[in-house]
Amino acid sequence: MSLADTATLRTRVEETGLLWGLVGLVALLSLLPIGRLVVEGLAPGGQLSATALGKVLASPTTWTATWNSLVTAISGTVLAVLVGGSVALLATLTDIRARNAFTFCFVLPLMIAPQVTALAWLQLFGPSSTLLKLIGLAPPLGSRNPLYSREGIVLLLGLQYAPLVFLTLRAGLRALPKELIEAGLAAGAHPLMVLRTVVLPLMTPPLVAGIALCFVSCLGNFGIPAFLGIPGNFIVLPTLIYQRLAGLGPGVLSEVAILSLLIGVIAMAGILLQDFMMRRRDFRITTTSSAARPFELGRWRRPVEILLWSFAILVLALPFLGLLTTSLIPAFGVPLNAATATLANYAYVLIEHAASRRAFVNSFLMSAGAALLIVLICVPLGYFIVWKRSRALRLLNLAAELPYAMPGVVLAIAAILLFLKPLPVLNVSLYNTVWIIVFAYLARFLVLGLRPVVSGYLQIDRTLEEAAQVAGAGLPRRLVTVIFPLVAPAAVAGALLIFLTAFNELTVSALLWSSGAETLGVVVFSFEQGGDSTYASALATITVLVTVGLMLSTTLFAQRLPQGVLPWRD
Amino acid sequence: MARLTIDRAQKRFGSYLALDHVSIDVEDGEFLAVLGPSGCGKTTLLRQIAGFDKLDGGAIRIGERLVSSAETHIPPEHRKLGIVFQSYALWPHMTVAENVAYGLTVAGVRDPERARRVAAALDLVGLNGFAERRPGLLSGGQRQRVALARCLVTEPSLVLLDEPLANLDVHLRAAMEDEFARFHERTGTTMVYITHDQAEAMALADRIAVMDRGRLLQLATPSLLYREPANATVAGFIGEGMVLPATVLSAPQAGRCRVDVLGLEAVVRCRPGQPVTDGAKLCLRARDIGLAAAGQDGLAAVVERLSYQGGHFRLEARPACAGDILLHLDANEPAPAAPGDTVRIAIHDGWVIPDAEALREAA
Repeated sequence: MSLADTATLRTRVEETGLLWGLVGLVALLSLLPIGRLVVEGLAPGGQLSATALGKVLASPTTWTATWNSLVTAISGTVLAVLVGGSVALLATLTDIRARNAFTFCFVLPLMIAPQVTALAWLQLFGPSSTLLKLIGLAPPLGSRNPLYSREGIVLLLGLQYAPLVFLTLRAGLRALPKELIEAGLAAGAHPLMVLRTVVLPLMTPPLVAGIALCFVSCLGNFGIPAFLGIPGNFIVLPTLIYQRLAGLGPGVLSEVAILSLLIGVIAMAGILLQDFMMRRRDFRITTTSSAARPFELGRWRRPVEILLWSFAILVLALPFLGLLTTSLIPAFGVPLNAATATLANYAYVLIEHAASRRAFVNSFLMSAGAALLIVLICVPLGYFIVWKRSRALRLLNLAAELPYAMPGVVLAIAAILLFLKPLPVLNVSLYNTVWIIVFAYLARFLVLGLRPVVSGYLQIDRTLEEAAQVAGAGLPRRLVTVIFPLVAPAAVAGALLIFLTAFNELTVSALLWSSGAETLGVVVFSFEQGGDSTYASALATITVLVTVGLMLSTTLFAQRLPQGVLPWRD
Repeated sequence: MARLTIDRAQKRFGSYLALDHVSIDVEDGEFLAVLGPSGCGKTTLLRQIAGFDKLDGGAIRIGERLVSSAETHIPPEHRKLGIVFQSYALWPHMTVAENVAYGLTVAGVRDPERARRVAAALDLVGLNGFAERRPGLLSGGQRQRVALARCLVTEPSLVLLDEPLANLDVHLRAAMEDEFARFHERTGTTMVYITHDQAEAMALADRIAVMDRGRLLQLATPSLLYREPANATVAGFIGEGMVLPATVLSAPQAGRCRVDVLGLEAVVRCRPGQPVTDGAKLCLRARDIGLAAAGQDGLAAVVERLSYQGGHFRLEARPACAGDILLHLDANEPAPAAPGDTVRIAIHDGWVIPDAEALREAA
């Protein structure tokens, strides 16, 4: 064999090896847990049986919860699209001032864990609201908190995920070449006409992507319906699963597996619908140029600014104020004033309570580790999915959505089923260690890193890679020297999203934590469950402050990063 | 330097045949232009030579080495060739010097040898002061030069150029054309130049391969292509040739024969062995025809349009006896006729397009 043939062979081995390595890894992270669930659903405890399936499908509770899930997910999505969509159009296309600050504030709720949002809103309304007591507006004792309802869930889901629609739409709007808008204006069309006939039709892909993302997120949300739905006996699929597990009957794991598969099917239907809609028309934008000059609002600028900022304050500052005021009182129900205000709750969670101190370290290391690992997986993965058009990986791309589409509780169950027994061959048990949580984070947040990377690849001119290839660089070298630097902005954005999401998350770790492997979410939840709302609020306040601090600190060195890396920054 | 042999190359996209048995032999050190309208398969051909796509049939050899066939595929990184892309494909995260040095780094060339060669390459394209700049800060022409330097620094035996001037303005284009010609002269590298601009191809290439709908129509020197197009498509595509039906009246004598064109007799060029036939096609260039002098025979035609070209007019007219044919010729100032006038057009020269069947038999 000649020297050249050996080199060709090595290239082939490298590429095939990398591809199959990735296929294996994604399968391990997405298909294996789901497969394990399916097996458990069909053959509980290894015995083929349809008893559990029949039992679940015959139960009216199943269908009530499914109906409730669909209603809240769809209504929440509609609300999120209305709010996020209009805000994106106003904040991106017009000449409002302080755009960066506004974007930052508007995106912030997305970075705060749903259970913290729910906690904060509950502290805001209701008879025990410290804030309302402070201004003498608290409803009489015994009256019902209006958020304990279907409407309350829809409202919070919509507000929680409006930034998702905002972000995807804004990214699309910023990629829209200015000529397309200017051509419309030059043809004599009114700006609103241009908006309707040019901008919105071209924004279909990001809008549809945002809607799909939003639907899947609403469907899988556990924190909001858990805090708002369970007290009012309004049950959705994720909370139904949680309740069944809390009952802990012998057949419960199989039933829960079936219920989670049901959610998986609904989520997949949403994703496939998105895929179908995108295929019907050609939305490719052929020219590239700088972003459009903003439309001048003229005398409408101030009213629009006031409207946007009031909204941001309403959904951001008020709930946080509710949280903050509760964290400053010595005991729940005590009114806040100069005499009662105390920092004792903070001292307790930061210094005295060992588990909460540990939780800070655990959450930080696990989130950072997961973010880093996922980026390392996603860069080569995106390469094969987008540029090599590998069929196997495109299917796995869909599969990678599943762990994120499923409620975290379900993935946690899958992880328990997988790791309850020690790993074969190695004979090491991951159960009751931090590693089972890290595995769940990798599986669940893989798609959060993959999406920005895939869209990053779609925007890069592939000849940049081909030029390196012609220069003689093999795939590993191309990945390191050319491809990674080019997709780095997208990858960093993905990593940051993963970190901030994982840092506060509760739904996965709630079932996987063990002593020594606590997460921040778990500790907040334990405090709240134990009736220590003041400790819970104090810790939640700290996590919110840390999140905001991290977001702010990243914007400090954003000048050195390429444009569009940070979702909350122009 | 290396020969490039493309032997009956075939490439399919679904049911569409993007390359249909294309065979081209590029000599060592030759400058070959591949010319054709967009969608003719020229970019597909380039991607086959580079190895970005896999061939469905036939073979491509660089030097003596088989790089592409239905069974064999050497990946691009092992073909040791250079490409200048239409988009230049400069890496935005690297400086100009880093862009140029990349191929050397990959090949294991270390400083100071690498730095010396990078400096020499930048010197060659007149960009020695720009080594530390980012490509984003350069003008179109400068980017083009960086791309060229990057491609040549590793001294590849074969250089592919994919419409390298398409994104430049007219003035810069002429300057870069000169630069390419000088480069080829100096380096003696085998070059394959993809373009849709025939002026560019004519000015630069030793030979031109004209492609249409995935097929090679003619492969010849620019002058031969212009003077003796092999078929009606090439005749019409190159130099705005007019194709008219003609009857060959006599056997060729010293490369010429008598023909009858729309009732007018003329003596034109033809290939040796051109048979007498009434189904021939004649290719006329604007400079082959002119307004007939007084008393000279000519074709009666109605002037349709007259447009000033600076120093002369382009006159378009329709023969009275063949309304579907539009003739165009250059007429000197002052304007010899106005639209609607009837003029007489004389034929001084022309080329009888060889009959494809007859040509194949002769071969």
